[in-house]
Amino acid sequence: MAQKAVELILMRQLASYLAMPIFLVDPEGNLLYYNEPAERLLGRRYDETGEMPRAEWSTVFTPTAEDGSPIPPEEVPLSIALLKWHAAHRALAIRGLDGVTRRIAVTAFPLEGQGGRRLGAVAIFWEERPS
Amino acid sequence: MRLTLWGTRGSLAAAGPETVRYGGNTSCVEVRSVDGSVLILDAGTGMRRLGGTLRGEDRRVDILLTHLHMDHIQGLGFFAPFFEPERNVQLWGPPSTTQALRERLTRYLSPPLFPVRLRELPCRLALHDVPLEVFEIGPFRVSAALVCHPGPTVGYRITADGATLAYLPDHEPALGLGWVPAAPDWISGFSLAAGADMLIHDAQYSAAEYVDHVGWGHSALTHTLAFATTAGVRRLVTFHHDPGHDDDTLTRLLDEAGGSAAFPFQIVPGTEGLSMDLGDRRDLGAPPVVVVR
Repeated sequence: MAQKAVELILMRQLASYLAMPIFLVDPEGNLLYYNEPAERLLGRRYDETGEMPRAEWSTVFTPTAEDGSPIPPEEVPLSIALLKWHAAHRALAIRGLDGVTRRIAVTAFPLEGQGGRRLGAVAIFWEERPS
Repeated sequence: MRLTLWGTRGSLAAAGPETVRYGGNTSCVEVRSVDGSVLILDAGTGMRRLGGTLRGEDRRVDILLTHLHMDHIQGLGFFAPFFEPERNVQLWGPPSTTQALRERLTRYLSPPLFPVRLRELPCRLALHDVPLEVFEIGPFRVSAALVCHPGPTVGYRITADGATLAYLPDHEPALGLGWVPAAPDWISGFSLAAGADMLIHDAQYSAAEYVDHVGWGHSALTHTLAFATTAGVRRLVTFHHDPGHDDDTLTRLLDEAGGSAAFPFQIVPGTEGLSMDLGDRRDLGAPPVVVVR
């Protein structure tokens, strides 16, 4: 079994300790991990979903813009972080696997390792709650 | 492939009557292939005595550094082949994003920390950032990968003469795991160690000591045993002993850990001066569950 890069392992470990929802993908955009706070937003425990191909997660959560129009997979912040290799942020709505739609803001950034290795990207979710 | 442990202590050399059994010199391991080619793993204080045995050989020497903490480089300034004109020495170290290996080593090998500058060494010295992929040095097939330890740190997997050695002297795979069972692909160092005939691994702390040293980059002996079990190695050499552990303490910790379960590998306490032949995998037979002294 091929081992993940140590930077990804450390990122997962850090995420598992943080109270903010975090989503981690590999260089191809495949889901590697999301932490417990993200489980509540995504509507399912990570242990139930496990790793997931990009084509699946980028549509299964049906991301929509503030006007309700669907957001193409390549325009979600994580895709921008991976494809354009820079940080991205936007507000959107997702429908969790529990069927609940939630308004969130997403900040995503690429992960670059030693020697310029492109390791993947991280998204941090900020749930927008009525004030 | 034959290896000799010239230094097994971690963090700081610990010479004294209380450490004569396991030794007080810091990390240095000599690896020799059947054809006599030499690899040296790390350049701790154990390197001084090793250098004396190599004096006068005209053979090329390759030194693989896991990282640049002092206990892994302090022997460089006292390594006899460095002072032999025409001696071919190749020095490999982990890549950094900010400075070349030469610049980083020069911080030690230059005044005021050391009287001789790196550039003044008379040998034919070449420095290399170690590739984070498989590469070959003579008969040795070497894999290097970053592992969990503060600062750029690699572990090595070396295959030659039909046997495989994994070397992870400074490694904290339990960081963040607390050693809950994890999928192997999420364990630092797993690919380097998987199925190795011999694993030399950090075992600095007792389980109780580890609690106060989480994130320092080292392992509790219990974590080392769990890592070796997951990796499916045939022999485990405990290494990087804490400088505060005297011989009696080390013996007690090893006896307690070795007797705590039936491990599917042989446990060899890392002992300065110990020389072992990895042999051919076919010659090893079923690994006995014993502590070798």
